[in-house]
Amino acid sequence: MIRTVLVANRGEIARRVFRACRLLGLKTVAVYSEADREAPHVRDADEAVAIGGAPARESYLNADRILEAAGHAGADAIHPGYGFLSENWRFADAVERARIVFIGPRPEAIRKMGDKIEARRLMAAAGVPVLPGSFEPVADVGAAEAVAREVGFPVFLKAAAGGGGIGMARVDKPADLASAFATATRRAQAAFGTAELYIERCLERPRHVEVQVFGDGTGQVVHLHERECSIQRRHQKLVEESPAPNLPGPSKAGLTAAAVAGARAISYTNAGTMEFLVDEGGGFYFLEMNARLQVEHPVTEEVTGLDLVVAQIRVAAGEPLPWRQSEVVQHRAAIECRVYAEDPSKGFLPSPGTVQKLELPSGEGIRIESGVEVGSTVSVHYDPLLLKLIAHGATRQRAVERMADALDQCVVEGVRTTIPFLRRVIASGEFRGGRVHTQLLEQGAFNA
Amino acid sequence: MPEEIKAHITGVVFQVTTKPGDRVAAGDAVIVLESMKMEIPVEAPRAGAVKEIKVQEGQTVQEGDVVAVLE
Repeated sequence: MIRTVLVANRGEIARRVFRACRLLGLKTVAVYSEADREAPHVRDADEAVAIGGAPARESYLNADRILEAAGHAGADAIHPGYGFLSENWRFADAVERARIVFIGPRPEAIRKMGDKIEARRLMAAAGVPVLPGSFEPVADVGAAEAVAREVGFPVFLKAAAGGGGIGMARVDKPADLASAFATATRRAQAAFGTAELYIERCLERPRHVEVQVFGDGTGQVVHLHERECSIQRRHQKLVEESPAPNLPGPSKAGLTAAAVAGARAISYTNAGTMEFLVDEGGGFYFLEMNARLQVEHPVTEEVTGLDLVVAQIRVAAGEPLPWRQSEVVQHRAAIECRVYAEDPSKGFLPSPGTVQKLELPSGEGIRIESGVEVGSTVSVHYDPLLLKLIAHGATRQRAVERMADALDQCVVEGVRTTIPFLRRVIASGEFRGGRVHTQLLEQGAFNA
Repeated sequence: MPEEIKAHITGVVFQVTTKPGDRVAAGDAVIVLESMKMEIPVEAPRAGAVKEIKVQEGQTVQEGDVVAVLE
């Protein structure tokens, strides 16, 4: 039985989880850093506990302080949101040891999927297609070159403890391998505390398509269909939609079946996402699994009409999955645009500051998930996501039109934002025609 | 002529990658800032020797602050 939920996060996702808690009649507890004393998520909760300084490692990454706050507030469950401690299996384990419910997958599943090499091995063993590459860490440049020559250049060097594109390096030819290996090793060590790297073949013009999965304690696993997330900068998503336009039927069927098989193979519980690359021939390959709620989960909610966060809480409390596979239907189309405090005219450089003006669209088919309001400080210490715009419609075209209108109505002043870039994406022939891939942005397809 | 190198963005000093006396080429990172989870190098505008580093790791700098000086 869950009565009080602490959200170990900030911004729009903390507010989103609090909303689900209110629907279920649960008491809510916010935690906040010194920088977030006045933040909207703090006011949204029934109770708020200060957990430390502005740098994330002193607060939102400080597991001990968060557990103390949970004890102090009498929370019997913790939702980690995304980012911060959400995919830290030691945190999930510490929460369970404190006899608090972790609203997410089991620590063991987080650990397995957090080691990207082990994830590749486990998924390959479960029959999920993976990219050609190494199934062991590559110890040195020589080992890396041997694997790269076998799978064929270009390749990606990736951090075994990585994910989300951090510490990834594309290598086009053997001569570039030594310096790329040194850089990737240094970055992996700095970002993740371990320098282990692995290699995957690099596809040209792939699409990023992912499948939302959900499992419960009885061993049931369903999928909630796919999301197309190819519009990215720095390997991080800016626009997501569902259904994925122009995805061949056999690819879609294969992706969802593989996602469910992969999740079953690790007895996955709660919400998770299996990420894939889809090549120009419709072939698909496992990239990684995000063992948490995704930023873009509202796309799936708008398409299916289901509440993923409510289901997360119920399943974490021990209830079975609230839906059978046949009940999870793509009723309509939905698109999400991420509004970041970044300057698209300067290579998406961060743009910290204070939100001076905020005008948000509203109306039929529009949903907003915002972590900021007028007067909010956008700090250098955290991810620059300000808010998400989600538009849905009976058809993709209707959703696209609504998104275009929503972006036109959206005004944010005080910090630079990705809005001008998002307008160009939604207006582009590539996006309108559903002909997207992950390299469009670097090819300049959306330049002003 | 000594030349000041200024931060082009507000952030926290993530790494000081050079020290006084180091020779740098145009475009080399003199320090690396961290802002909003991104590492952003502050680059030397021209070749030269580093005369002075004005910041320490962990320090917050504002856009326009001088972080280093070239000889």
